Amino acid sequence: MKEKIADLEEKARRLRVAIVKTLHKSQSGHTGGSLSAIDMVCALYFHKMRHNPADPAWEGRDRFVLSKGHAAPALYVTLAECGYFPAEDLMMLRRLGSHLQGHPDSKGTPGVDVCTGSLGQGLSMANGMALGLKLDGKENRVYAVLGDGELQEGQIWEAAMAASHYKSDNLCALIDSNGLQIDGDVSKVMNVSSISDKFKAFGWNVIEIDGHDMGEIVAALDQAEAHKGAPTAIVAKTVKGKGVHLFENKASYHGVTPNDDELPEALRCLGCCD
Amino acid sequence: MIATRDAYGEALAELGGENDKIVVLDADLSGSTKTGVFAKKFPNRFFNMGIAEANMVGTAAGLAAVGKVPFLSTFAIFAAGRGWEQIRQSVAYPKANVKIVATHGGVTVGEDGGSHQSVEDVAIMRAIPNMTVIVPADGEETKGAIRAVAAYKGPVYVRLGRNKVPSVFPAGHKFEIGKGVVVVPGTDLTFITTGLMTAAAVTAAEKLKAEGISARVLHIGTIKPLDKELVLQAAEETGAIVTAEEHSVVGGLGGAVAEFLAETCPTLMKRVGVYDRFGTSGKSDELLKYFGLNAETLIEEAREIVSRKK
Ligand SMILES: Cc1ncc(C[n+]2csc(CCOP(=O)(O)OP(=O)(O)O)c2C)c(N)n1
Repeated sequence: MKEKIADLEEKARRLRVAIVKTLHKSQSGHTGGSLSAIDMVCALYFHKMRHNPADPAWEGRDRFVLSKGHAAPALYVTLAECGYFPAEDLMMLRRLGSHLQGHPDSKGTPGVDVCTGSLGQGLSMANGMALGLKLDGKENRVYAVLGDGELQEGQIWEAAMAASHYKSDNLCALIDSNGLQIDGDVSKVMNVSSISDKFKAFGWNVIEIDGHDMGEIVAALDQAEAHKGAPTAIVAKTVKGKGVHLFENKASYHGVTPNDDELPEALRCLGCCD
Repeated sequence: MIATRDAYGEALAELGGENDKIVVLDADLSGSTKTGVFAKKFPNRFFNMGIAEANMVGTAAGLAAVGKVPFLSTFAIFAAGRGWEQIRQSVAYPKANVKIVATHGGVTVGEDGGSHQSVEDVAIMRAIPNMTVIVPADGEETKGAIRAVAAYKGPVYVRLGRNKVPSVFPAGHKFEIGKGVVVVPGTDLTFITTGLMTAAAVTAAEKLKAEGISARVLHIGTIKPLDKELVLQAAEETGAIVTAEEHSVVGGLGGAVAEFLAETCPTLMKRVGVYDRFGTSGKSDELLKYFGLNAETLIEEAREIVSRKK
């Protein structure tokens, strides 16, 4: 197990490097929220989810919804690492003619199941998939990564209510709780705390973790899978921009990409020499 | 006479037995939208989502993403209104196989008043790429449309009404998405109509005949994609068009026909519909009269446009 965790940590480090390089190249996109979510996305794709990069539409796959769609780089580098498409494609992020749009697009990118980008809609779609899979008697699970600012959207709580009402225990929401949104602190813009209490009140199984502790992420995902009768929310305390001190905990790096001056230092932080 | 929503309930219950991929969602209006008929027959494939339309749309998109054929229903004002952005992002953008069947469209909702009278929904839905927009004329066409929609792969908006409407089509009428139907032949002008205005146009055409005016009635059941061939033919052959719909004249059938003809075959035209205003309380037949959505208005407009032709 220790080895497995160390493996995942190393993977996540490399994915962070890929995010920084990709965003440096595109000079457009979301840095902070991609780096805060990457550990969870990494654990999902390389530890938890059943999926098949050689057959993206494989029926037996678990489903993933990046509800905070602006963190698309985190998803794209992970899909590329899995082999859904060549890593070179990443260098075309957000460019005309590329299949990698600014926000996930199920029509273009292999491995992307639903379109996201308009915040607040992902949990509804995730629960819809969970309901459909259950109806077919399938064991597949559905995972959704949400932002804490995103929780300000009312539709999230409509979905939370419905998932609990229909006992969607094949659904797991991971809340990337980095405490920041575009205009600053989530608590100052529009306080959503306590996230855990809210999900509990809606009838969810709630697990609180450090969203950068790979051991805790893996354990929480395993626990979520074992929990029956209710959906699980993993409320993960995270750091926006995690891994690169230049970007950490800075709302200003929400939608800003590394410039030429910042790139070497960012890569150095991530233990990357090339 | 049967309400299109009743025909919907019947069609849904029938199709549910033929295709177990069909699932139905409603937002606490299953008695009114008639999805309750399906719910009774197939309780495990029916999801009441409560009064939460945005979530209902997203849930339907998720169900479609795992291979289901979701039909979701609520009143037109809430489906197209509350759900607009969810329909755009989660349904139309990914071409999700979601069928939005909105009931209580138009002013014939009646007494509930302006808040409930949806006269903009067709315009809103028509503006969304990938969206097919259907407004059946009667119960028979509704049944055919629901069948066609279930077989079609992709997002569809079907707009139905609350009240019983006169029949236009015979039993077993086959509905083809995107195809208009010439219900009455004619040479002096064409009524291009949709929904319950088609029956009114048939009545108007009969009366005009006695006056020596030959009016064609072209029913457009699919507003998007528009049957351009039949519309162009009507423009070329009759040289005058009167559109009619239980909807705003902004952006609905009249708008679609005007946009198309302006670029291909500029033609004398008049749009009958709600002239950029909200609905108001009243009995549905009173409201149809109040807004001029009847055969009398069509007759007046026909006389007028034919006189302008000369
Ligand atoms: C419906 C909607 N409103 C606004 C936006 C613009 N927007 C993009 S990211 C963002 C802030 C998101 O904050 P949070 O969910 O906390 O994400 P994170 O901090 O993890 O990046 C906003 C307002 C959007 N994409 N969708």
